[in-house]
Amino acid sequence: MKEEILTTQDLHLYYGDKEALKGINLNFDEKGITALIGPSGCGKSTYLRTLNRMNDLIPNVTITGTIKFKGDDLYAPSADTVQIRKEIGMVFQQPNPFPFSIYDNVIYGLRIAGEKDKEKLDAVVEKSLRQAAVWDEVKDHLHESALALSGGQQQRVCIARVLAVSPEIILLDEPTSALDPVSSSQIEATLLNLRHDYTIIIVTHNLQQASRIADRTAFFMNGELIEVDQTKNIFMNPANKQTEDYISGRFG
Amino acid sequence: MNSKTQNKIAIGGLYGIAGLVVLILLALLGYILVSGVPQLSWHFLTAPGKAFLKGGGVGIQLYNSFYLLILAMLISFPIALGAAVYLYEYAKDNWVTTTIRTAIEILSSLPSVVVGLFGFLFFVVKLHLGFSILSGAFALTFFNLPLLTRSIEDSLRTISDVQREGGLALGLSRWETVTRVILPAAVPSILTGVILSAGRVFGEAAALIYTAGQSAPALDFTDWNPFNISSPLNPMRPAETLAVHIWKINSEGIMPDAKAISSGSSAVLVIAILLFNFAARYLGKRLYKRLTSA
Repeated sequence: MKEEILTTQDLHLYYGDKEALKGINLNFDEKGITALIGPSGCGKSTYLRTLNRMNDLIPNVTITGTIKFKGDDLYAPSADTVQIRKEIGMVFQQPNPFPFSIYDNVIYGLRIAGEKDKEKLDAVVEKSLRQAAVWDEVKDHLHESALALSGGQQQRVCIARVLAVSPEIILLDEPTSALDPVSSSQIEATLLNLRHDYTIIIVTHNLQQASRIADRTAFFMNGELIEVDQTKNIFMNPANKQTEDYISGRFG
Repeated sequence: MNSKTQNKIAIGGLYGIAGLVVLILLALLGYILVSGVPQLSWHFLTAPGKAFLKGGGVGIQLYNSFYLLILAMLISFPIALGAAVYLYEYAKDNWVTTTIRTAIEILSSLPSVVVGLFGFLFFVVKLHLGFSILSGAFALTFFNLPLLTRSIEDSLRTISDVQREGGLALGLSRWETVTRVILPAAVPSILTGVILSAGRVFGEAAALIYTAGQSAPALDFTDWNPFNISSPLNPMRPAETLAVHIWKINSEGIMPDAKAISSGSSAVLVIAILLFNFAARYLGKRLYKRLTSA
């Protein structure tokens, strides 16, 4: 039995008066990929953003319930959001490299944490870019601006940037929806490589993508978690009628 | 009339209006440059002025303009930067920030002569700073602060929120995100704003007449001790700037070549401001290019 690294219990989230998450209970085992799917506005991205407290940045958000990361309450008054986000990294829909060189992008987190040892930084850059499967494409221009890269390369540099601070969990919010199919499949390959070492939670609109890469899939609708199971069960043999309707394209 | 003709008429009208604006501008610039540039010489740019005789220069005024500009920028830039960062990156939308923003708006639309008179009453008289570079620099700070704050805030606004999220999601604190991601990314546009506002400050006269004064005592350019009255660095000496000089010669100049000196000074002023503008564009573009692509 694998250990549960992240647990959510009875999680409610309100934007002002509007209830966007209506009591989510969902746990994640260590390692592997979990995909969150569901129609637009179902709350899957909102849910993902509660897991590293990115929703804190939005005014008028109220959150109730508990989220525990390795047993510690993420929303305890003593919780340190900066530390949380180091352990639970995030990749966004829009590739968002900083307007600096590729090298600087990858080591940004470490450098600000005070790491100065050049050899160590070099090693981390290479390792992270290799893990993100973009090393071969960028190794000859590490000191050129990351903004000169293609969208897919930028996104993989962003993944490398997250990997460089060695998180335990990586959250991805529709990381391929702004990319072309070739870049998307490269990102998918990258994630499949990473699934043995990291706990990956990915929000995606692309059902094929979920079925290709996810070990588990969770289906959200109208702010509720409808069903979560092994991916093949969700796609081949869903327990819930709504899941079946969504998977088979009858709505959404 | 069909929509195609309508379109043509509209475009023609817009071209006409734009052309008129350019024409007015060119005529003005042309007049200033044509009447001023022939007066320019190394002697004119470096020699001190003469009150009653012809052949004076604007060396001291030119130097004063730059010195005052630098001092004013040194005072106003840190304050404007702090205010803009607070307003855009930290402040919540509530009545306090609304009040601050309104205050900045009002301050920025204050006539500069009012700023000058306030500076006169407060810095020159009340604080006993006298007609001095320091009084002038403070007055210019009042004049410049709202414009600079607004322009830095606009620069911060151009940095997309995905950059902020990227920084925070990486486990940077808000302060680290602002200082290590947002500000470096905003440098080109902040720099452009600073140089453009420097142009405005450089050409400002009304705010300085009653603060930095209308006299330009002779300077000894070999004496760099800021406590000596004839030292160029002394911030407590009165210092007429180029813009004030133009105003003064035209209102009470009694040297025989007043007209020529006024034309020459105007040309110097316009050329300096043009240079500021070109520099702003060039540096901004170059920096942006360096940051965004190799």
